[in-house]
Amino acid sequence: MLTIGLSHYLSVSAILFVLGVIGIFMNRKNVVIILMSIELMLLSVNVNMVAFSTFLHDLVGQVFSLFILTVAAAEAAIGLAILVVFFRNRGSIAVEDINQMKG
Amino acid sequence: MTVIANLGAAAPELFLAGAGIVLLMLGVFRKTDATAQVGWLAVAALVAAAGLVLTGSKGPVTLFNGLFITDGFAVFAKLATLGASALTLILSLSWLAQEQVKKFEYSVIVIFATLGMLMMISANNLMSLYLGLELQGLAAYVLAAFKRDNLKSTESGLKYFILGSVASGLLLYGMSLVYGFTGTTSFDKLAEVLSHHPSTGVMVGLVFMLSGMAFKVSAAPFHMWTPDVYEGAPTPVTAFFAIAPKVAAIALFIRLLAGPFSDLVGAWQQVVWLISILSMAIGAFGAINQTNIKRLLAYSSIGHMGYVLVGLTVASPEGVRGALVYLALYVFMNVGAFAVVLSMRQKGRAVEGISDLAGLSRTSPGLAAALTIFMFSMAGIPPLAGFFSKLYVFMAAVKAGMFGLAIIGVLTSVVSAFYYIRVIKIMYFDEPVDSFDRPATANTVILWGTSAVTLLFWLWPAALINSAQTAAQVLFPG
Repeated sequence: MLTIGLSHYLSVSAILFVLGVIGIFMNRKNVVIILMSIELMLLSVNVNMVAFSTFLHDLVGQVFSLFILTVAAAEAAIGLAILVVFFRNRGSIAVEDINQMKG
Repeated sequence: MTVIANLGAAAPELFLAGAGIVLLMLGVFRKTDATAQVGWLAVAALVAAAGLVLTGSKGPVTLFNGLFITDGFAVFAKLATLGASALTLILSLSWLAQEQVKKFEYSVIVIFATLGMLMMISANNLMSLYLGLELQGLAAYVLAAFKRDNLKSTESGLKYFILGSVASGLLLYGMSLVYGFTGTTSFDKLAEVLSHHPSTGVMVGLVFMLSGMAFKVSAAPFHMWTPDVYEGAPTPVTAFFAIAPKVAAIALFIRLLAGPFSDLVGAWQQVVWLISILSMAIGAFGAINQTNIKRLLAYSSIGHMGYVLVGLTVASPEGVRGALVYLALYVFMNVGAFAVVLSMRQKGRAVEGISDLAGLSRTSPGLAAALTIFMFSMAGIPPLAGFFSKLYVFMAAVKAGMFGLAIIGVLTSVVSAFYYIRVIKIMYFDEPVDSFDRPATANTVILWGTSAVTLLFWLWPAALINSAQTAAQVLFPG
């Protein structure tokens, strides 16, 4: 019978984190997907934190993950707000249209 | 009770938080436009916070269950940060008036960003570090997109947001690994645990954290957002980004590596060495082909961060002293340079091409002379301040036997002298184009002050050097 240990949680969170990074850098379509990927990265950190916290019998990790959740909410709000003002000016939220400055 | 007794150690932060909220209310409830009043009150609040830092406790005091620390190092870094914020805010106020941007929120956001920086500097736990960093970061994203009807400004806000969030993600992932493999987030306990048996997991976490931090100080190879964000953001915001957050992030970098991770010096030294050399090289070569003065200053700031990191790589009190001296003088040189950039206005419209400076020595000699001082100083020509800042970091590197680092540093600074001197050549030897409008009084005053400091620093260097020495010594007890 397979028991689910710390390493399984760490693997899941590492996979989620890498998916988030790939979603940001390989994505050529839509900025909203980037926002979702950022959220995925932060949540994978939360999985890590909670898994470690349970494993170590130490509450600090869970407190930390609550802070991360709060900040992630604020970050999403600000990100969407900036995206909305960008859309008003550019009329598009395609990644390839973020091209005013280069060099 | 002890918490309340010690609260005085966090007085500057508490005061700034209160001031930010009060100013926000003031701006909302004023019937008429309150941009100027709120702005000058915000400057006063920053100055008052600096006063509280100066008069407050300097000995190592921790409070909030060890989440927060005030010591000599924090005092030095906080004074530099608050000074940079106040000076750039004054520059911003004349810009807000000239552009007729009637939004008092600007100053309030600057106050909250500065509060975040102070918390970063005083962080004594991974949790407080993260919260301070995010407070600063979230405020900065909004500032970059502050001209919300301008495409470039919103685009730079969006880019800054995305890349800044990725950096926080990397940093956070590193923190989670460090927490998991040591069982603590407190800096003091981390130092204790890591002195015994650092595991591989901690090393991986440390590398993630270093990447995230390098992002925040815009060191290569995580610098790619800098030129774009600096070009697109409104000019006073660029000035703010280039100075205050850099000081705070470098202070945090130093505290983190010289404090809890000091026993892993063999591991992080190589990484910081590489980051430092890459930043110096990219700062020198990237700026050569730029035509926009803000992009040029962006690459210049990448290079400067490389020089500061030389001091950190050395991992000795001399190195940290050099880095702190560099940061303090960097504040003056850059505030001055941006005061000139903010004075580049033709017929009420801001211009930012380097070619717009042509013949400035004939149309406005004072401005040209000031920019010459700053450019020579950034290039490291003696006896200007920039020479001494480079001297102290390279001296520390040579003393520690890191000759390669010092030699590459000197070589890249020769390369960067090329583009600094090109700006001077354009001002003095090219045919004049349109003359600039009369700069705002506040800009002129700041320009005089910063060029005096840059020009005359060699007369009285002891004060700064000694206080940097005291601050650096705090991190290396025994």
